[in-house]
Amino acid sequence: MAELPNRQEQVSLDTFLRGLWQENPVFVMLLGMCPVLAVTNSAINALAMGLASTFVLVASNSLISLLRNFIPKQVRIATYIIIIATFVTMVDYAIQAISLELYNALGAFIQLIVVNCMILGRAEAYASKQRLWPTIINGLGIGAGFTFALLCLGVVREILGAGELFGFALFGDSFQPWVVMILPPGGFFVLGAWLLIFAWFRQRREQAQARVEEQQQETVYER
Amino acid sequence: MAEGGLTTDLRSSPHLKQATTVEDIMRNVVYALLPVCAWAIYAFGLSVLLLLVTTTLVCIASEALFCRLANRPSTIGDWSIVITGLLLALTLPPGFPLWMAAVAAFVAVGLGKALFGGLGYNVMNPALVGRAFVQAAFPVAITTWTPPFLPGRFSELIPSTLTLPFTKPEPVVDWIEQNRIDAFTGATPLALQKFEQITTPVADLLTGTIAGSAGETSALIILLGGIYLAARKMLDWRIPVGVLLGAVLVSLPMWLLDAGRYPDPLFVLLSGGLMLGAVFMASDMVGSPVTPSGVWIYALFIGALTVIIRLFGGLTEGVMYAILLGNVISPLISRVTQPRIFGEEGKR
Repeated sequence: MAELPNRQEQVSLDTFLRGLWQENPVFVMLLGMCPVLAVTNSAINALAMGLASTFVLVASNSLISLLRNFIPKQVRIATYIIIIATFVTMVDYAIQAISLELYNALGAFIQLIVVNCMILGRAEAYASKQRLWPTIINGLGIGAGFTFALLCLGVVREILGAGELFGFALFGDSFQPWVVMILPPGGFFVLGAWLLIFAWFRQRREQAQARVEEQQQETVYER
Repeated sequence: MAEGGLTTDLRSSPHLKQATTVEDIMRNVVYALLPVCAWAIYAFGLSVLLLLVTTTLVCIASEALFCRLANRPSTIGDWSIVITGLLLALTLPPGFPLWMAAVAAFVAVGLGKALFGGLGYNVMNPALVGRAFVQAAFPVAITTWTPPFLPGRFSELIPSTLTLPFTKPEPVVDWIEQNRIDAFTGATPLALQKFEQITTPVADLLTGTIAGSAGETSALIILLGGIYLAARKMLDWRIPVGVLLGAVLVSLPMWLLDAGRYPDPLFVLLSGGLMLGAVFMASDMVGSPVTPSGVWIYALFIGALTVIIRLFGGLTEGVMYAILLGNVISPLISRVTQPRIFGEEGKR
């Protein structure tokens, strides 16, 4: 996390966008790795997991934000877990009702959203200090960043591992699937590759920024 | 050393210096591998030649690419990457599609070597990392075997060799039947033994008139290469001996218990990739422990694990995973088997 907002944050576009890029939960903060590696073997699983996590994140953090002045400091973690678990149970039943196939594909990882560090981390670092409106916007941003990251992995793994995207065959029968990509090791390979790409982008941007600052310094000296 | 004048060269021990460099050792390993490659080409034909050329070239190109990306001086000149390329091709089936072999070579260099910092820092044998990747990615292609000494092997390629990238290789069964008079089941001696209890004669195993990975079929030629390297002290003889001993120690009691079900130790030693692995892969200087007692533990572990995977696992061959696991635990073995320093007090 770049900085913890200690004072009340004014809602701006940055409140939302920060979660997508600058504070992306997967590619920058490396939180919630367990579902990232486990359920991204197809794009549809990744999307479902991302949306479920986003719902739990936004709903639980809103409630925590509303209750932030009533929750005793000493038992706050337990309280957060209970609130998160409530929403996870809702999502669990909802997915079971909508699509049993998807529910079976995601397995225990829906229930495990309860202990997703991303959600608990946002509750502790943001929702417990901010008003309702910024919490919702920020939660949506972080959730969108998480979904985006899961999709990044899911799309690559499904295309390489099965030759499909969202269940539609892309290349016809002669395509040779890379079976390893939909197996657990594939998750590590693809996550590592994405982390490499994003780290490279960040590094280039920082270098460009440093160069700009250097030039500004020089102009100051010249004066 | 200095520009004119009388100088004294003051150095700490060791004072006896050998002229052996990394390049020398690696070049000699390549010399020892050449007969194995030649035999593989002779037995399986042009496809293996293309396989060897592809993996070696892709390995060299990837090494150059990764050195450039990391802003390091290029390390192509030290021959180690050529060994990786040759070894990788020798562990693949003769008709393995070239594009898959190229993927394996790229993964071998990228994931097995460059990611850890290049030669001397790689935890696992790069060639085996590449092979393990394609084993997991393309399980069908890597278990598609073709028989050796087909009449048309120098005039035409195995049809699966020139598969277009990202497409499935053609089945080779029809092509084999056209080329051969008697029926061929497409099984390696290990598979025959495991699933049908047919033991291949030892003479065939020694000379390599059997199906299998390109370079693993002739135990005799691999042994000759190993003896050459051991005689030039470029190979720790303890490792091949220990691996083979470990394999015997596990397979002998099993064979004595139930000779009908378990293969005899000689068959275990000569079949599959055990000989190639023991001589050229487990003995990789980077991935093996540094202490003499540690080397014995490491080698016996690999041999024993190979046989355990073969006899009780789902796979017919376990050398690759045994060596990779041995590589992974070898820093730990080195650490546990540190000799005591003279004058050190008490128990460690």
